[in-house]
Amino acid sequence: MGDYKVPELSEFTEIPALQDGSMSHSSPFVAGPEYQEPLGFPGELVEDWHDKAIGRFGDLLTKSRALRVYLDSCVRCGACTDKCHYFLGTGDPKNMPVARQDLMRKVYRRHFTFAGKWLPWLVGAEDLTEEVLDDWYSYFHQCSQCRRCSVYCPYGIDTAEISMAARDIMDHIGKGQKYCNEIIAKVHTVGNNLGLKGPALANTLEGLEEDIEDETGVKVRLPLDEKGADILLVTPSADFFAEPHVDGLMGYAKVFHQAGVSWTISSYASEAANFAMFIGSYEQMREVALRIRKAALDLGVKRLVFGECGHAWRVAYSFLNTLAGPWDFLDQNYPIPQHICEFTNDLIEQGALKFDKSANDHMTLTFHDSCNVARATRMGNKPGGQFEIPRAIARAVCNNFVDMAPETIREGTYCCGGGGGLLTDDLMELRVKGAKPRMDALNQVVQNDGVTHMIAICAICKSQFSKVFPEYGMEMDQVVSLHQLVGNAIILDGQETDGEINDETEDGAAPAETEE
Amino acid sequence: MAVLTAIFTAGFYAATAWLVYGLARKIVQYWRTPAPLKIPTMPAPLNTGGVAMRLAREVVLFESLFKSNKWIWLFGWMFHVALLLAMLRHLRYFTEPVWTWVVLVQPFGTYAGFAMLAGLGALWFRRIFVERIRYISGPSDHLMLVLLLAITASGLAMRYVARTDIVALKSFILGLIRFDWQPMPADPILMAHLALVIALMAVFPFSKLLHAPGLFFSPGRNQADSAREKRHLAPWAAKLEAGGE
Repeated sequence: MGDYKVPELSEFTEIPALQDGSMSHSSPFVAGPEYQEPLGFPGELVEDWHDKAIGRFGDLLTKSRALRVYLDSCVRCGACTDKCHYFLGTGDPKNMPVARQDLMRKVYRRHFTFAGKWLPWLVGAEDLTEEVLDDWYSYFHQCSQCRRCSVYCPYGIDTAEISMAARDIMDHIGKGQKYCNEIIAKVHTVGNNLGLKGPALANTLEGLEEDIEDETGVKVRLPLDEKGADILLVTPSADFFAEPHVDGLMGYAKVFHQAGVSWTISSYASEAANFAMFIGSYEQMREVALRIRKAALDLGVKRLVFGECGHAWRVAYSFLNTLAGPWDFLDQNYPIPQHICEFTNDLIEQGALKFDKSANDHMTLTFHDSCNVARATRMGNKPGGQFEIPRAIARAVCNNFVDMAPETIREGTYCCGGGGGLLTDDLMELRVKGAKPRMDALNQVVQNDGVTHMIAICAICKSQFSKVFPEYGMEMDQVVSLHQLVGNAIILDGQETDGEINDETEDGAAPAETEE
Repeated sequence: MAVLTAIFTAGFYAATAWLVYGLARKIVQYWRTPAPLKIPTMPAPLNTGGVAMRLAREVVLFESLFKSNKWIWLFGWMFHVALLLAMLRHLRYFTEPVWTWVVLVQPFGTYAGFAMLAGLGALWFRRIFVERIRYISGPSDHLMLVLLLAITASGLAMRYVARTDIVALKSFILGLIRFDWQPMPADPILMAHLALVIALMAVFPFSKLLHAPGLFFSPGRNQADSAREKRHLAPWAAKLEAGGE
C-alpha cells in the first residue's frame, strides 16, 4: 500500500491497455472471528470450505433469479468491457465486468451446468480452487456494485448481483471482509456505523443547534428521540460529524424548520446506511432495516424521510417496503419513504422557501450523480426524477451551475470509487485509481467552465472525494453537500441579516419562484 | 440411402425434442426462481405496459447495446435481423402451399445470408483483434461463431454455387412433419448444412444461446419501478418473516 502512482488525468477517459494481474495484490483486510461471529458467520475459513461454498452457491441459485439468469445469459459480446471505472483506472482485465463475472461463472459452469461438467475445457469451467477463491476475494472487492455495466449490457446483467452473491458465499465459509462486517455488527448493537451512542449523539446535535443560532440568530432545533414528531429523519451517521456531511445535516434542519414541520432523529435507528447490502445478505439487511421500523413505531411518527446517501436511498426506496414493510401505519399521503431532496424540492415548487442565491456565488458548481441513486432508485413521480430533482434544487440555490460531460452523468455516471463497501484505508490504491474517470470529467469542467466545487448527495461519495481530491491536486473541501448549499442560501424567518444581504434577498428570492 | 434418411430423420426428431425439453426446463427454472428484491436498472418504466415496451426495444432494437458500443451493435443487430429473415424464408420448406407473407419475405431472405456472413465475420474479427474481447473469449465463443458461419456459408453455397434439389428437400421436411418419411437427398453440402443445424439445436439450451430466453427473465429489465407503491415479497422471504423475530 502507498506504493502506487496516481493516474494522470486525460481530457477523455481512455480505454487502457490490458495489464494482467496489475491489481491482484489489492485485497481488503479479512474479518477476524470478532467481526464474523456476531453476524452468525464462521470466524475463520472453515475446513471443508470448498463444499460449503458450493452448497451455499446452490442455495443462492434457488433464491435469486437474477443470479441464475445472469450467470447463464452472458455471450461475451464485450459491451461492458470498457464501462467499469476500476478497469478504466487500473487496466487490470479482471476488472472488466464480464471478466469479473466469469470468476464466478466458471465455478457455476463446473458445478451447475451440463456443459461445464462434461466439457470444462470447452466452456471455460473451473473448480473453486484456493487460487480462484483468492481471485474472488480480491476482485469481488474491486466492484463497487455501482451498476454502470448493467446499463450497457444487452441483457441487463448486473455485476453488483454477482459480487454480492460471491461475498455472501465467502462470508458463509469464513472469509468475510473486515470493514463491512465490523460496521454491520456496530449497527446491530449501537444503531449506527460509527458506534456513536445516544448521549454523544445528543451532544453533537446540541452543538449543531448552537452553530446554526450563532450563524443566523434563529433557534433551529435538531430533535432527538422526540415522540409524536411527524417526521422521522434517517440519515447516514457520517452526517453527524464528517465534513461536508454535517453541513448537509444543518441544511436539512433549516428546511424542516422553515417548513414548520415537527421532526426527529432516532438514536435507535441513527443510521440510513445499510452495509448488509454490500455483502449480499438479505437477512442482515432486513435486520438493519427493521430498526427503522421499530424506531418509527416507538416514536409514533407519520412520515419517513431519508438524508443524502446513495446506497441507503437504494435500500430505502427499492427495498424498505420489502424488508420492513408494510408501512400501513404511516401517513399514506406522502411517499414512503421520502428523500430529503423530494421534500425540499416540493417546498421549492410551492414557493415555500426563500433563498439568497448569492450566498453560493463564491462557488461554481457541478453535480455528481451518485451511482446508487442514479441507477437503483428514483425521486419524484417520473422516471429520471433522481437526475432532475437534485439539479433543480442546485439551480434554485446557486447562480453558477454547470454539468459535466453527458456520458459521465445521469444513468452513465461514474462511481466515486469508494462505494460498495470499499471505502476503507486498506483499499486506498483502488479508490484513488477508481476515481479517475470521475476526476477526468470533473477536471474538464474545472478547466473549461471554472468549476470550483462538486455537489454530492451520498455520504460515501463525500468521504471518498474528500480523501481522493488531494491525491489529484485538489482541496478536500471542494466536494460539498447539496443541502449545505440549501443551508447557505435559505432565508429563515426572523434571520438576522445585515441590510446588504437583505436587499439581495428580495432580488435573489424572486427568480427562485419563477424559475421553470 | 435408407441409412442416410434414417440418420437425418432420427437426428431432427432427437434435436427437436432435446431443444424443446432443454428450453422448457430452463424457462421453468427461471420462472420458478424468485427475485427477492426490486432491482430494475433505473430509470425504469413505472408499470407493466412500460416494461413490455422496454423489453420490446431491447429485443427489436438492442437498445442497451446501442448505448454501449456502436460497432458491436451494428454487427450484432445486422446478424440477428438477417438470421430472422433467413429463418422466415426457410418456412417455405415447411409449408404447403407456401404462405403469402413467406413468399414476400423470400427476396430479402435470400440476401440476408450475406448480411449474416458479414455480421458474424465482423464479430469474429473483433473477438480476435480487439484485445479486451480476445481476453474474455474462450474456445466455445469461437466455436459458436464457426458453427453459425458454417451454417450460413453452406446455405449460401446451395443457393448461389451448387444448387441442391430443393423439391426433394422439401418433400423430406414435409415428411418429417407429417410422419410420412421421405428420402433425404444425398447432397454433401445439404448434409453438412442440416447436420450443423442439428448441432445448433442441440447446444442451444446448454450454452450462451440462453441469452434469448434470459433477457425476458432479467430482473434488471423486466421489473417495473414500483417498489414504494407495491410491496414485493418473495415466497422464501415471506417464510423468513413468518418464522423469524
